[in-house]
Formats: sequence, structure tokens, C-alpha cells
Amino acid sequence: MSAIKPKHQRLVLLVIALIALIGAGLLAAWALRNQASYFYVPSEIVAHPPEADRAVRLGGMVQAGSIKTDPDGVTIHFMVGDGKANVPVVYAGIVPSLFVEGSGVVAEGRMGKDGTFVADNLLAKHDENYVPRELKDMSGAQAKAVVSETSQ
Amino acid sequence: MIAEFGLAALWLAAALAALQLLSGCLSLTEKGQNLALLVRPAAVIQAVLCAAAFGSLLLLFARTDLSVLLVAMNSHSAKPMIFKVAATWGNHEGSMLLWVTVMALAGGLIALIEKRLPERTMLATLGAQAFVGLGFYAFLLFSSNPFERLSPPAEQGMGLNPLLQDIGLAFHPPTLYLGYVGLSVAFSFAVGALLTRNVTPEFARVMRPWILGAWIFLTLGITAGSYWAYYELGWGGWWFWDPVENASLMPWLAATALLHSASVLASRDALRTWTIMLGVIAFSMSMMGTFLVRSGILTSVHAFAVDPERGSFILALLVLNIGAALVLFALRANTISEGQQFRAVSREGALVINNVALSAILGIVLLGTLYPLLTEAFGIRVSVGPPYFNPVSAIFAVPMLIVLAVGPMLRWRRDSLGRIEKPIIAVILAGLVGIIVAFSLGGIELLPFIGIVLSLMVAVGSVLPLKGRSLRRLPLAVWGMVIAHLGIAVALFGMSADSAFTQQTLVAASPGDVAKVGPWTITLESVDPVAGPNWTALEGRMAASYRDEPAQRIAPQSRTFWAPPQQTSESALLTRWNGQLYAVIGNEAEDGRWQLRLWWKPFVTFIWYGGIMIALGGLLALMGRVSVDLRRRHAQRRIEQRHEGYVQ
Repeated sequence: MSAIKPKHQRLVLLVIALIALIGAGLLAAWALRNQASYFYVPSEIVAHPPEADRAVRLGGMVQAGSIKTDPDGVTIHFMVGDGKANVPVVYAGIVPSLFVEGSGVVAEGRMGKDGTFVADNLLAKHDENYVPRELKDMSGAQAKAVVSETSQ
Repeated sequence: MIAEFGLAALWLAAALAALQLLSGCLSLTEKGQNLALLVRPAAVIQAVLCAAAFGSLLLLFARTDLSVLLVAMNSHSAKPMIFKVAATWGNHEGSMLLWVTVMALAGGLIALIEKRLPERTMLATLGAQAFVGLGFYAFLLFSSNPFERLSPPAEQGMGLNPLLQDIGLAFHPPTLYLGYVGLSVAFSFAVGALLTRNVTPEFARVMRPWILGAWIFLTLGITAGSYWAYYELGWGGWWFWDPVENASLMPWLAATALLHSASVLASRDALRTWTIMLGVIAFSMSMMGTFLVRSGILTSVHAFAVDPERGSFILALLVLNIGAALVLFALRANTISEGQQFRAVSREGALVINNVALSAILGIVLLGTLYPLLTEAFGIRVSVGPPYFNPVSAIFAVPMLIVLAVGPMLRWRRDSLGRIEKPIIAVILAGLVGIIVAFSLGGIELLPFIGIVLSLMVAVGSVLPLKGRSLRRLPLAVWGMVIAHLGIAVALFGMSADSAFTQQTLVAASPGDVAKVGPWTITLESVDPVAGPNWTALEGRMAASYRDEPAQRIAPQSRTFWAPPQQTSESALLTRWNGQLYAVIGNEAEDGRWQLRLWWKPFVTFIWYGGIMIALGGLLALMGRVSVDLRRRHAQRRIEQRHEGYVQ
């Protein structure tokens, strides 16, 4: 090592840093392809179901009359629809305050083997200023259309 | 009147920034040398004016002056005073005004006290500071005027987002801003050094207190923000890899790397170009954070401005500042001569690994944060969460933490692992003890398992440099390093323990029912309505007892605010030395029972204790560095005086 000239040491350091950073970039790119959780609406999830146990997000409208609570008082079942298809969802936990029938919801979780979506977390509209990103486009005309279609 | 005064002060401050930039640049040329006289006074007066503008806005909010648009939009006369004041920066315009104010104050301070560097470098530095500042003045004055009048005045204010009506808000944004903006000083120093080709250990010593200061505030801000999310959101988690959280983590990672590489430059005159590069990157990450948070590109509790024009403005500033700095870097990097050499096994070598690993983690977090924005441009909506961030960053964090356990014991320049054989064995033994303990507990997932083992190794390794040294005579900076590294171990242990041992119970209970979670027995006694200054709530009164100890009262609430109308859940926490009980009350079920969510989180508090220790370590190091500098200055002055006396 002692024979290395200062210029060479700088080069060696540069190469090490570049290899590590490029390695990190490639690793990140590979992991992102595998680990990013995709956003689905019900008709997509019905047409092309994701592999079971893969983390995904499901967004749509909570169907009127579909919320049912189990006897334990904390597990709820409901249907999420987009006007074309409905997906059954099960969730155990405290629901967000604005989670009601006919409102928009984004469920984070995974598809179970029986075709039920098992949600780990529910995101509903908190208030006017804080809406899950996926619900932003859906509010307004589209949401109204979905609700009127499904509540007939 | 106050609003007009504030606006006038802001315009004048912007004009002074322009003067500072112009005279700073011209004074670097042969002809304009006389203009150098203007630079420092311009910076100081600019700081005073900016502080006056911010003071005016504070006053307007304290008085709830509803003839000012910003106040009417974000405040309400029924709010407690502390939240009226905090509302000043709880909105887009006010927070940007806070940003430029802190930046102007920092610029004024360096202009006033910093005399160690060659004057040309200082002029270039202050010019760079004015360049960055000017962009933000333009942003405020042309697209985010905080002093805009509302005519006719509003009858009543719109109120502040209830999630933000919390004591944490009073301190969280200013703390982070002090960190972000402190890095702007490091950026300006880096640009100044590049412009005048003057990258010396002295430059690193001058820059270091600013990096340390910024880093302390970032550490505190992240720690506080994490605790705030933990108890305010009521989800039991303390870090969600939310883009906004990442926006504060990325500058921290860059600042941590910069801190360590600056210490190599200061002590050993090596890693010159790398330190400059990191100085540029650290502030770029601060600006990136501001862009992500303030542009409205993300929808979150932090996104005040959902206004594309503003987003584009910040993006333009970001590209202009970073682009200019990178071009300058590319042009000048070759002209900086190489620093001192070192062997692979040496303190420098260990710090290079630290720097490379931190940069890699920074890259991973950055890619994960931007990826959803990129795919959305192609119409694919994804979200990136813990399954990506945790394992991928761990791949670089694990070797970094192993090096952290032994690196501080290595000598500068050249060393051999054989010399520190015994400490290495001690660290390995700590790791083995960790493996055995974690195995015997059983059922722990891979990442928390590694975390527990590593935290023990780092804890042992971080105190070993104290061995054989006189604790009284140990420099404060070394104490700072030891405590900060120990803080990393403590925080890591808390994170791992929380994910390994947390127990959760979810029940629907009627008053009188008993629920169990971990070693706790919780009785729901009653659910009663209560009222606060601007909210009403349903409060679940519970008695919680840990094993056979006497019961303690806790009362989580489900709050309803009326301005603006919104519901939040206030969790209740019961803290013991070995963890926290976390209780949330939910909705009333149809049969009159109440949903309760209870967590027993062993050692979760260590996360924030660790964060505070890291910041404290930084503070000790800062005090140590500054006191050494002052002593040196004093000694120099005395030598000069004696010399003068001799001549006379």
C-alpha cells in the first residue's frame, strides 16, 4: 500500500464508492420491482388477482349495506366496489372516523386464498385536507357516479 | 400597519441579499475589491430585517388579526395562545418565512463572528449564502406572500388542522428548519471553498460547528417527529417510511456522513473533494425535502400548498441551486490537490466505510421515496413501504454498524487489527451473548434479531475507547462521540425490541370488562363525555395494572374538533422503565360495547432515549470544538499582543 501514489489512492476510493453506490442502486431497483405495493381498484383485482401474500392496496367505495361486524365486536366485513366489480374485505381493528358506507377507502393488505382481501390498515378521508393520494382522483364526479350506480 | 411593516422589511431584506450577492461576487475580481466592505454589513442588516418581518407575522397571529388572509385561513380566536403562536409556522407561507429568517440569521452570524478563513473564501461563502437566500425571497414575495390582506376582514378564522394542534407542533418544524438551514451554511462554505480553491483542514474546522449544530437539530426534529406520529396518529407505529419522514431522514443521513468526513479533513487533511461533495449533497437533500413536503406533490398532513405553481417554483430553485453547485464542482474538483494518504485499516478507512454506507442508504431511501412519483407519471400507482426500506437499507446498515463498533478504537493513518485484538474479542463476545439471549427467547424475526445482536455489539464497542483513559481529562468531543454512538445502540435496541416483543389486544368491551395485554390487566371503568377549549371527546376511563402492582389510571379519548370539523383519537400512554402501555379507544359498536386497542411495547421508549443521547453527544462535541477554538483564538491574541509589546 505504501507505494501507492496519492492520485491512485483517490482513484481507488472513487472506485470503491462508485461500486457501493451502483450496487445500492441496482439492489434498490431490483427490490422496488418486487416490494412496491401496487394500487388496484376492484375490477382490476378481479380480472388479474395479485399473488396471494403480496402486499397491495385496494381502493374503492364502501358498498351500501355491506358493513357487518363479527360477534367479537372488532372484526368487520365489507365490500369495496368501483361500479364494475366488488371485492370482499375483512379487517380487524379500529376503523377511521370517516369510514362509512358509501365513502371512499384505501385498504392496505393482501389477497387471501379464498378471494377475500385481508386488510392490515384502512385509510379513509381524514378531513378536507388529508386524503389518501389514490382517493384524490376518485372523489368528485367519479365517486358520485360509483355511489349512485351501486346504491340503486 | 404591522402587516405592511413586515412586508416592507421582507422586501428590504431581499434587496440586501441582492446587494450581498453582487458585492460578494464583484469583490472576488481585481477591480471590485473595495466592495468587500459591503458584504458583511449587508448580511447582518439582512438578518435584522428578516427577524423583524417574522416578528410582525408572529404578532399578527398572536392578535388573530383577521384582516390578514393567512391568519384568517389558519387561525381561530378560540384557540389557546400557544397554538395561535405555533400557527404562524403551521402553514405554507409562514413556514417559508421561518425558513428565510433562520437562513438570514445564520448568514448574519457567520458575517459577524467568522474570521478564521481567508477573507476571499468568506466573501465567496457569503455570496453563495445570499444566492440561495435570494431564491427563497423571490419565492415568498412573488408566490407566497404571508402578509396579504383580506378585504373585507373575515368574521372568524378557519382554524388549524386539529392533528397539528399539539404541543409537539410548537417545536417540531422550527427544530427541523434549524437543521435544514444549518446545512445551507455548510453548502455555502463548500461553494465558497470551491470558488476560491481553498479546501484546507481549517475550512473543515470552520464548517464543523455548523454541521454539528444542524445535525443536532435534525436529530432532535426527527426524534420528536417520530414520537409525535407515535402518540398522535394512534396507530402504534413510530416510523412509517412516509415520504415526509424520509424527507427529514435524508438530510440527516447526508449530514451524518458529512460530519464524519469533515472530521477526517479537519484532523488528517484527507477526503477533501468528498467532503465538498457531501456539503453540496446535504443541503440538496434539505431542499429536496422542502420540495417534497411543500410542493403538494404528496398529500399528507404536511402538504399545505396544493398549488402546482409553488411546486414548480421550489423545483426550479432546487434545480438552480444544486445544478449550479454541481457544475462548479465538476469544473473545480480536479484542481483540488490530493490530501494525505492512509492505509485501509485505519480510522480514516473506517470512516470511509461509514461514509460509503451512509451514502448508499441515502440513495436507497431517495429511490424508494421518488419511485412512486416516477411510476405515477406513467399511470401506475404504487406505494413503497417497510418491506422495501427495512431489508434493503439493512444490507448496508449492518456492515456499517459492525465497523462502528470497532472503528473508533483504530488509530489515524495506519493501524492493525492485531493491536486492538482484545476489544474486538469483547465486541464479538457481546454479539454472541446477544445471539444466545435472542435465541433463547425464541420466535424473533430476522431483522429484529440482527438488530438486538448489533445493538449489544455497538454498545460495548462504543464505550471501549474510554478504557485506559482518564475520564476527567477526556476531551468533550470524545465524550460526545461515545455518547452519540451509545445512543445509536440504545435506539437500535428499542427499535428491535419493539418489533420483536410487541403484544397487541383488540377487544370490544363494555364498562366493567377486563382485557389483558402482555403482563397488563386493564379494566374499562366507564366511557364519559368531556370537553376542551375547542373540542369535545369521549373518554374511556381505565385502570391498568402491571402484574400485581396497584392499578394506574389511563384515559384515551376520541376527540371531535369543531373548527375545522374533524375527529382524532388521543392515545393514552403508561410509561415504565421497560416499555410502554399504549391504549386507543375506537368507535361504539352496535351493541353498546367500545372498541379498545391495547399494545404492550417493551423497551419502545429506548428509541427516543437513544435519539436524545445522539443529539446530546452532538451537543457535547459542539461545546468541545467551540471551546477549543475560543481558547486557541485567545492564545493567539495573547501571542500577538506580547509580540507587539516586544516590538515597541
